[in-house]
Amino acid sequence: MSLFSKKNIELLKKPLNLDNPVTIQVLGICSALAVTVKLKPALVMGLSVMVVTAFSNLVISLMRNSIPPRIRIIVQLVVVATMVILVDQLLRAFVYDVSKQLSVYVGLIITNCIIMGRLEAYAMANKPWPSFLDGIGNGIGYAVILVAVAFMRELFGSGTLFGYKVLPKALFDAGYINNGMMIMPTMALILVGVIIWIQKSYNKELIDKD
Amino acid sequence: MKAIRNYVDKIKPNFEKGGKLESFNSFFDAIETFLFVPNKVSKNGVHVHDPIDLKRTMIIVIVALIPSILFGAWNVGYQNALAYGLDRTLLENFWVGMIKLLPIIIVSYGVGLGIEIIMAQKRGHEVNEGFFVSGMLIPLIVPINIPLWMLALAVAFAVVFGKEVFGGTGYNIMNVALVARAFLFFAYPGQMSGDSVWVLNLKDQPMVDGFSGATPLALLNQTGTMPSASLADMFFGFIPGSVGETSVLAILIGAAILIFTGVGSWKIMLSTVLGALGMGYIFNLFGINAYMGINPVYHLVMGGLMFGAVFMATDPVTATSTEKGKWIYGAMIGILVVLIRVVNPAYPEGTMLAILLMNVWAPLIDYYVVESNVKKRLKRIAVK
Repeated sequence: MSLFSKKNIELLKKPLNLDNPVTIQVLGICSALAVTVKLKPALVMGLSVMVVTAFSNLVISLMRNSIPPRIRIIVQLVVVATMVILVDQLLRAFVYDVSKQLSVYVGLIITNCIIMGRLEAYAMANKPWPSFLDGIGNGIGYAVILVAVAFMRELFGSGTLFGYKVLPKALFDAGYINNGMMIMPTMALILVGVIIWIQKSYNKELIDKD
Repeated sequence: MKAIRNYVDKIKPNFEKGGKLESFNSFFDAIETFLFVPNKVSKNGVHVHDPIDLKRTMIIVIVALIPSILFGAWNVGYQNALAYGLDRTLLENFWVGMIKLLPIIIVSYGVGLGIEIIMAQKRGHEVNEGFFVSGMLIPLIVPINIPLWMLALAVAFAVVFGKEVFGGTGYNIMNVALVARAFLFFAYPGQMSGDSVWVLNLKDQPMVDGFSGATPLALLNQTGTMPSASLADMFFGFIPGSVGETSVLAILIGAAILIFTGVGSWKIMLSTVLGALGMGYIFNLFGINAYMGINPVYHLVMGGLMFGAVFMATDPVTATSTEKGKWIYGAMIGILVVLIRVVNPAYPEGTMLAILLMNVWAPLIDYYVVESNVKKRLKRIAVK
């Protein structure tokens, strides 16, 4: 079996749209609301979750046949926690300011439902390489939504992108004012809702039938 | 009348299926049913209809708003004249206010109805008339100095996220006009509160020394001192504030129209007032600071409580619909308004937040009123 067979590519592609962890499975919403005020922390958070999901998936998948089912959650937590601490230390070493902005939310990656969800649903029953790809795919799916929400919030809430002023000064002179609502988590929830709205109107098969 | 009818009938085929202007069908239908009571006949179910349909009901609310609009326009000019020491006649004051108010009304209706027509056309509905009232309420509950682009944004937000995402008129859980105001309040606090937003300002002139544009509520909230305006001034509305809410007299005329025609529920209005008075008295008993000690009647004449109680709490879509529920709903609004005003220093006015909160609770209140009735009747069977 080749490394990037059609089935494996599908593992990467599906979480981007049709099985997105945030908009379709509605997991990881809490951090999506908390860290998306600015683009930079959102991007770092997305990458961190991607790394943690991918490597936890890999490790658990390698160990999957030797984990006793009754204590599997504890084993999974130990693996995830180890990964999170590694990521946290890396962030502190190389991007200290972002690490401070993210504060507890890096530590809270441990409780991110996406990671536990992927471990239970995929890594426990699949080979290491597909599990790794599944982790990467879901991490990207999460990061894409975070970045999209943070882009809107930073642009309209602060008038900046990655901290650089992008809205021209003439606009502010003409009476434009940054939207304070964008800074609030409420607006992040509404923006996630809008993304779901757009996504479902493009992919009709995602609409629930009842 | 006949001539209009003939003209409408003449151009109608253009808008029907296959006609040249088919894509404007919703718009045409809206105008036609606005001008004439539609003569559609039901094909099954109930055959007897009340000729007072939704459009006619909405127009009564607009009529009830007229005293507030006229007085509000005059008061804008009057406060402006006071602030800059100008000498103007009553008519000139009215004229100054009207010129400033009209663009706000036009933007509110233009944006709101524009979105409604697009949505209706896309979904293949007829245009709902729910925005007739909301579009008139919004200009009356914003400060006169509001920039028009901000207003347009807020109206668009309110119509899309307050109403259309829930399925349009009749399905919204929160009052659309208040959603627009809440959006403005949280997104642009600098333009929605403070001393300088309530009085129409002239850019090139200094204000009269000693004139304060703060509303009585803001004064009480910030300094804890009683406002200089007398109770009568506040009742008649000679104070700074949002356009339509200053005059309790004008609002009471509107309330009389609503109650007389049966459009607005007197139970909600009365229970809101009683709730506010009751809470005011309770605070009087504690009387820890000056704000808690004020006469509860002041709560009724300051700020937007009366306007909210008469025109917004009674919105039949978002209010409770059971009779017992109306008493609870109204009373809770009154209580919450006074509670937010007195206890929360961040918000000088609580009407908007109180009504929005109770809008969300309304279905729950209705549910328990119905449940308790069911339980009571079941008990009656059990005894026998």
